[in-house]
Amino acid sequence: MSEMNKAMIEQYRNSFLSEVEANVEEGEWVKMCMQCGVCSGSCPLGKHWAHPPQEIFMMIRAGKRDEVLTSDSMWMCTSCYNCIVRCPRQLPITHIMHGLATYAKKLGLTPKNQPTAKFAEIFWNNMMKKGRVNELKLGLSLYFKDGFGPGIKEALRNKDLGMKMMKAKRMAASEFFGGHGVKDVSGLQKMIKKAQELEDARMKKFD
Amino acid sequence: MSEVAEKKFAAYICTGCGIGDRLDTGELEQTASRDGRMNVVKMHEMLCNKEGVQMIRDDIANDGVTHAVIVGCSRRAKVEAFDITDIAMTRCNIREAVIWARPDTDENKKTTQEMANDYIRMSCGEIKQMNKPSPSGQQGRNPNVLVVGGGVTGMTAALEAAEAGYTVHLVEKTGALGGHVAQLHKRVPFKAAPVGTPNSPDANLPMPEDTGIADMISAVEGNDNIKVYLNSTITKTSGAPGRFSVDISTESGDTTTENIGSIVQATGFKLYDPENLPEFNYAGSPDIITNLEMEALANAAGDGPIKRPSDGKEVTSVLFVQDAGQNSSDEDRLPYDSGIGDLVSIKQALYFKHHNGDGCDTTICYNNLRTPGAPGEDFYRSGQKNGVIFTKSDVKEVTPGDSLTVKMHDKILDEDAEVKVDLVVLDLGMVPNSGPDPYAANEALEGMSDEERAEELEAQEAHAADENSIKVESILNLDYRQGTDLPHLKHGFTDSHFICFPYETRRTGIYAAGPVRRPMDIRQAMDDATGAAMKAIQEIENAAQGRAAHPRVGDLSYPSFRKEGCTQCKRCTVECPFGAIDEDEERYPQYNESRCRRCGTCMGACPVRVISFENYSVNTVGAQIKECDIPEEWDEKPRILVLACENDAYPALDQAAISGVEISPWARVVPVRCLGSTSLSWVTDALNNGYDGIIMMGCKRGDDYQCHFVRGSAMANERMAKVGDTLESLNLEPERVVVEEVAITDIDRAPQLIQDMADTIEKIGLSPFKF
Amino acid sequence: MAKREYSYYPGCSSQKGASSSNLMKSVDTMCQELDIQLNEIPDWNCCSASIGYASGSELPRLTLSARNIALSEEHNKNQEIVATCAACWLATKEAAERLKEDESMFAEANTALAEAGLKLQNTTPIKHMAEVIIEDIGLDEIKAGVKKPLEGIKIAGYVGCQTNRPFGIAGESFENPMYLDHLVDSLGADSIPTYEKKVQCCGGALAFSEPEKSQEMIKGIIEAAYDNEADMIATPCPLCQANVEIYQDQINEKYNTKFNIPVVYYSQLISVAYGRSASDAALDGQLIKAKKLEDIAGK
Ligand code: SF4
Ligand code: SF4
Ligand code: SF4
Ligand code: SF4
Ligand code: SF4
Ligand code: SF4
Repeated sequence: MSEMNKAMIEQYRNSFLSEVEANVEEGEWVKMCMQCGVCSGSCPLGKHWAHPPQEIFMMIRAGKRDEVLTSDSMWMCTSCYNCIVRCPRQLPITHIMHGLATYAKKLGLTPKNQPTAKFAEIFWNNMMKKGRVNELKLGLSLYFKDGFGPGIKEALRNKDLGMKMMKAKRMAASEFFGGHGVKDVSGLQKMIKKAQELEDARMKKFD
Repeated sequence: MSEVAEKKFAAYICTGCGIGDRLDTGELEQTASRDGRMNVVKMHEMLCNKEGVQMIRDDIANDGVTHAVIVGCSRRAKVEAFDITDIAMTRCNIREAVIWARPDTDENKKTTQEMANDYIRMSCGEIKQMNKPSPSGQQGRNPNVLVVGGGVTGMTAALEAAEAGYTVHLVEKTGALGGHVAQLHKRVPFKAAPVGTPNSPDANLPMPEDTGIADMISAVEGNDNIKVYLNSTITKTSGAPGRFSVDISTESGDTTTENIGSIVQATGFKLYDPENLPEFNYAGSPDIITNLEMEALANAAGDGPIKRPSDGKEVTSVLFVQDAGQNSSDEDRLPYDSGIGDLVSIKQALYFKHHNGDGCDTTICYNNLRTPGAPGEDFYRSGQKNGVIFTKSDVKEVTPGDSLTVKMHDKILDEDAEVKVDLVVLDLGMVPNSGPDPYAANEALEGMSDEERAEELEAQEAHAADENSIKVESILNLDYRQGTDLPHLKHGFTDSHFICFPYETRRTGIYAAGPVRRPMDIRQAMDDATGAAMKAIQEIENAAQGRAAHPRVGDLSYPSFRKEGCTQCKRCTVECPFGAIDEDEERYPQYNESRCRRCGTCMGACPVRVISFENYSVNTVGAQIKECDIPEEWDEKPRILVLACENDAYPALDQAAISGVEISPWARVVPVRCLGSTSLSWVTDALNNGYDGIIMMGCKRGDDYQCHFVRGSAMANERMAKVGDTLESLNLEPERVVVEEVAITDIDRAPQLIQDMADTIEKIGLSPFKF
Repeated sequence: MAKREYSYYPGCSSQKGASSSNLMKSVDTMCQELDIQLNEIPDWNCCSASIGYASGSELPRLTLSARNIALSEEHNKNQEIVATCAACWLATKEAAERLKEDESMFAEANTALAEAGLKLQNTTPIKHMAEVIIEDIGLDEIKAGVKKPLEGIKIAGYVGCQTNRPFGIAGESFENPMYLDHLVDSLGADSIPTYEKKVQCCGGALAFSEPEKSQEMIKGIIEAAYDNEADMIATPCPLCQANVEIYQDQINEKYNTKFNIPVVYYSQLISVAYGRSASDAALDGQLIKAKKLEDIAGK
């Protein structure tokens, strides 16, 4: 666990809000929410959110740091942007949800086996290798994300699908051995490393 | 000179607007001269044009016409063209009420013509009972405005009136001008962010600003047209608009008497008493304070941080309890909400962000956040932007201690929470500084049995006699028969015609403005004051010319009574909604023309029918009722008398006709000034004459009244309760007489009500009283 | 028709042998017909789509897109960037806007880009191919070029999320955009303007990680198409296309339905209507064959 999440938060104080403002993508917007609830009512996976966006924003303001950062909720965001276009206060809700997820992950607070968190990680790593996504490898590693046993089962379940995709030339076995990628992989990796460093330097510590 | 000898009656029939095409104008002419017995009958193809009007004017100037009936469009059309005030004049409506209300078909031709003929007969009957109104000359022009209350409302009214050239006497109870606003640290901003300001958290949004009160005070003090009386109250107000005599007394008892034209009451508000709210423990800690005390705390901070009262510690956290004691159904709490408390708390929270830094936690516990006014939403965002925490929650309890403990229920997260803070600010509601309600005693008696009544009266008397009982102090000390102060509207707020005409109270020439009338903020109070000052000026000018005030603005007629017939029953003095009638030494009613709004309620109330206006009386309407031809029973043509309030019902019927809604051919509509002027004798006469049904159309009455004269339609309704006896004695069905509430927008409903009556008559049969 | 030239960002899923290679192929065909020249951004990289956020935080993600824009600005000078994938377009356009608004972020992105020897000007407009069709070319012109009207095909225009929000096509409503229906009509097919699921979320990337929750939504999208008697669903978005097409078997299994409705791209519709063959229109890339389109293409 990082230093950051040890902060003692008192309720209805600005401390967690300030942390979100400093460290979460678009976090400085959270205080501008007027609690109308339009976002929560617009969310396609809304019923699966333990705390829909409106509530998350209130929880941040109420100083509920642990409950927010360990929540499964923001991982339910499909990036549909419904909330954004409807919010009367024009909060970039989608990005804040993404930002909270990123921040929670950075602090190691993501719930165990959160499938989207895992998928996202696999996706990122897959992409970072060659600069482009290798769908076959992505698919395979996705099936094995929960370990070997369940992976086989998942893979079998999707075997028909995979075969059909190959037949339609929308999945290439050749991808497994190399496949697409950018030429300047090292430049790209250096660039991302730098970006990550710059961003980390900006993070404020809250403890 | 004998007026009677010189009377000359004329009817001018317009054939324009399709009248000539739809009706047999020769017959109309004949009706006017033969049945109507008019000395002169002239036709014109477009009476409202220059030539037509000139024709009438020439007849008045050269032919000695003293009474004219203008037959054509509704009295609501072409008002300017037919603005003829030098003779007695009435309008006979055969356009909206006849040709536009009826379909243009052969089978309807006959009944349509009958309608028009009837209306001509009726108007000719009416004009014979009318005289040219002339003002009483009871008062001259008095350009002095009295403003009661030296707060921001009173000062604004004073400055506005002074700037318009009137002399102002500004009376303030305390030793200084400025009222509440002078106690404020800053005010809520007046202006919204510029158009196009983004929603982003770094947008440039309005912040609390200087109150501007110092400048306003010096403007008042430096204005030659304004005379300020500090430490003073009004000890007596007598007279009427244009000739008020007002005693202004200082604490020490010195009294000056001033002649005043009109009055603005801007006595403001006080805060609700926090001691009535035990759960917030106001008395339990000096760190639990009112919103007004918060202002003092901020003022005391100077350039440094705001410190808590108990021990001078710099405040690091503050919580605002919104709507404390407001919006409550509990007795002794305020049933309403001031509406501006949220803006005030946002402003005060921002004091902390400014003085004590961003790190100072400011939490506003609201239930429904209301930020009215143009800058409201931007100011809310300004609070958010600066880190004020807003939480929709119920504060349950505040407990004193080293730091205060606040127990609350977060309504979004649906859970209880406990917060420790240095300071708690209670958002208390505004309680109006009204005088005692002249009608409170009467209202308390409404609906009581005789026994209860007696008990209540006794209790009221005991209260009045008890020297120790708390009495609301009078503000104006009017020596009106109907009480010392302005009537209340609701929850103790001073009267105003809430639906259409703010500032207008039920005491003509006295205008209420600012939070004494309803809760409001500085900006609204200043607008309100400007409006009231304009009304006060208008009334000075009207009174000088003997013209009525709202809603019959400019009316020169006024009521008088025939002393010989008066039984001193006092109904007129009691029922006049405007307290216009006093009593003289002989206990006869004493009319004050400029207090009167010309509603005619007194006229309708008088059991011996001795009250009349020159141009509106029991006889003018009675003649219309009588002159209508009642067909023989076998004709099977019923007649329905519609007494329609001029302000709403009559225009609704006009508008119906304009929009092509049909009106029953059996209807004969007579406009009345207010349903309150309806005399029971009209109903009796009409029934005796053979009308088959009577509909009285007035405005909505009750708490959310729409009556232009506030109580007129309510009075009429009470009076008509007695109609049952009349019907019974005539052995007629009760359905034949109905009282309906009609709004100006009821363009489908008003004609339908008439049709309903026609259907009823078809069911129960025609009246047997057709001779 | 005047020749139009754009800098092209195809995106990962439109590569050869990837899940939306049929989009890529039909876009190629369509562009030949519409006289559009697409110049692929040399050595473009993945935008990290709408799922990259969880591992790659803000600046790294913005930098990924910044690299593509910088490459375009260097190699395809003065050409507007066009993307065919909703997520690519969105990520790129969003990055461009964010870096325009935030100067310090822009500076940092350039510091990172310098590591790869690149520099961002950030002056290039970023367009979706749908904008090129609707705004640059216009439906009148599209209609004029139709050789084989798609007569007798009823098409549910499924716009989805990211082609529509937060940017969308200028002048269209977020709740009920009409351009896809108008395009369908221009090509001679029958649109369903009241198709109630036209902007419903299909689950996006969560179709992989939360298959059950997503498939429940996909079911609704397909059901509504059937309810409106659609012969097929058409969409501009590769993820929408894939999600709605490829899980029909699994949905049938779970919900006991008999879904078998083709899901095609607007570019395939245009290709066929402009008289191109089934294979040029990449109709062989459909898991569920679009019979009615194939018939017209074969005529
Ligand atoms: S107008 Fe707006 S605030 Fe008012 S009820 Fe409707 S949605 Fe709510
Ligand atoms: S963008 Fe995310 S948070 Fe917003 S409505 Fe869509 S799924 Fe919900
Ligand atoms: S729609 Fe916007 S303002 Fe409303 S609750 Fe959601 S984030 Fe807050
Ligand atoms: S407006 Fe009235 S006066 Fe003028 S032509 Fe018409 S009916 Fe006659
Ligand atoms: S009742 Fe009406 S008309 Fe009569 S005195 Fe009062 S205000 Fe005047
Ligand atoms: S109501 Fe008529 S009778 Fe009674 S006091 Fe008044 S004027 Fe006299």
